[in-house]
Amino acid sequence: MSKRLEAMIGWIDARFPLTANWRAHLSEYYAPKNFNFWYYFGSLAMLVLVNQLLTGIFLTMNYKPDASMAFASVEYIMRDVNYGWIIRYMHSTGASMFFVVVYLHMFRGMMYGSYRKPRELLWVIGMGIFFVLMMLAFTGYILPWGQMSYWGAQVIISMIGAIPVVGQTLSNWILGDFMLSDAALNRFFAYHVVTLPGLLVVLVIVHILALHEVGSNNPDGIEIKANKDPVTHIPVDGIPFHPYYSVKDIFGVVVFLIVFTGIIFFMPEMGGYFLEYNNFIPANTLQTPDHIAPVWYFTPYYSMLRAVTVNFLWIDAKLWGIVLMGGSVAIFALLPWLDRSPVKSIRYKGPIFKFALTLFVISVLVLGWLGTKSPTPLYTLLAQIFTVIYFAFFILMPWYSKIDKTKPEPTRVR
Amino acid sequence: MADIEKKEGMNSRRRFLLAATSVAGGIATVAVATPFVMSMMPSERAKAAGAPVEVDISKVEPGMLLLVEWRGKVVWVLNRTQDMLASLPKLDNQVADPKSEKNQQPKYAQNETRSIKPAVLVVEGVCTHLGCSPVFRKDVAPADLGPDWLGGFFCPCHGSKFDLAGRVYKAVPAPTNLVVPPHMYLSDTRLLVGSDKESA
Repeated sequence: MSKRLEAMIGWIDARFPLTANWRAHLSEYYAPKNFNFWYYFGSLAMLVLVNQLLTGIFLTMNYKPDASMAFASVEYIMRDVNYGWIIRYMHSTGASMFFVVVYLHMFRGMMYGSYRKPRELLWVIGMGIFFVLMMLAFTGYILPWGQMSYWGAQVIISMIGAIPVVGQTLSNWILGDFMLSDAALNRFFAYHVVTLPGLLVVLVIVHILALHEVGSNNPDGIEIKANKDPVTHIPVDGIPFHPYYSVKDIFGVVVFLIVFTGIIFFMPEMGGYFLEYNNFIPANTLQTPDHIAPVWYFTPYYSMLRAVTVNFLWIDAKLWGIVLMGGSVAIFALLPWLDRSPVKSIRYKGPIFKFALTLFVISVLVLGWLGTKSPTPLYTLLAQIFTVIYFAFFILMPWYSKIDKTKPEPTRVR
Repeated sequence: MADIEKKEGMNSRRRFLLAATSVAGGIATVAVATPFVMSMMPSERAKAAGAPVEVDISKVEPGMLLLVEWRGKVVWVLNRTQDMLASLPKLDNQVADPKSEKNQQPKYAQNETRSIKPAVLVVEGVCTHLGCSPVFRKDVAPADLGPDWLGGFFCPCHGSKFDLAGRVYKAVPAPTNLVVPPHMYLSDTRLLVGSDKESA
């Protein structure tokens, strides 16, 4: 480092903790040395977040949040704005990829017990991020004001109207009108570009601060802080995040970008899964499309919504469906307190947990697939069975995680 | 704060001032939040757009369905034929709420035909499940809906079925009959949707 640069950094350090933060969060943040493939998705989620923020700004320069102009302005971006198509496809593909990496990131946490003590709050903050992300996806999907934007939102808003007593007032308050209209489009735009991204960025920072407070978990699920070098007080199984994991993550970024650009250039609609065909038709408030399905990342929850067909305990089936759908997301936040296993990682957990987790993944995939289909009696029955499995994974966990035959944890990471 | 407490103690005067400031601050917060929260309720323009709609039904022939837009929703005006009306009692054991006991209609439409004039049905064309708009299927016994179908409305979204009085069939996702909006006749052929004698 040149003398002049050193002096400049010294000048800044006297006024702002630049070097101190660089050390605390990068060059002297010690992460376990045994991170594997599953540890790419946190940094990839941040990459996608940056992609969404940047492309989003450029989209707002040409998009019009007005029910009579929104659809045409999106087509204008696609056809007439210079490179508008690539910016929009980066944004729409980014939305789906956001859920891909976040789902894998969450699955990593479930496998290695990253939600267990002392990382409960870290996990709950992460669930907050997931919730904001779903809100962002929902509000963003409405903006093109196509048939799926309109009728998808109509279905979701109808659910709010189904809440007893306050539902109708609440739905009027959310929509700013007695039905889904220009007023709602305008405010959902405000949420999508100001409120929710701001909240998301703050939550991501809080998530990282919480992570760096407790330290990263690892595939062995043991605490590296329990074994520190007596002289340096650095965990013996820890390596500095920079340069070790920054370099590893750059490799992950390169592979991710190959996949990401491949989708943008060759199949941005992903056969109707990333961008649904009905959304290329402008919203028509008097005609519902023949088949309504949400985008792929919401289909498991949508399946559960439709799965309830019987009234139960004086509450009708529709409201139960809504409760189940909300509960299926919220129950994730309880994981730290449901898991009673003496070990964290799947490596040392017993056969019952491995079986339960496998069954859970299968049920999510099947529910996701069913959510894209029109309901038939057979499909509804399947959705009911897999909804029960989905919830059983969580609700029975305090018992099966306790009686499961675990292996002893090692003292050092492998 | 902690130091002050140690030195001077939390005497009752200090505690009272703290509580009073918190209460005043709380009231101010609610007062400041009010305009922002209320600004999100439907605006005066949105309320005006929800005003009643007057419809001339003199040209609606028997068997014909007229679509009326009220508050951005579809309202169906169906002039039912004698055959259509005759189908209703036959379905009493297939529909979930044959006597319209659930509060999905004004009092004056809580009858066998769910209407003021027996022939003219006025209902919102919005499925009571999740808000899709069902399709008018007046064909009797079509291939896709089965030989028992006597005409009615079918929702393509989640498969709910309604008869020609907007009564929901049993064992479909929709929980209740279609909603009959408030409406009244200004004359024999002039229908007002969105208002009735009680609220006018």
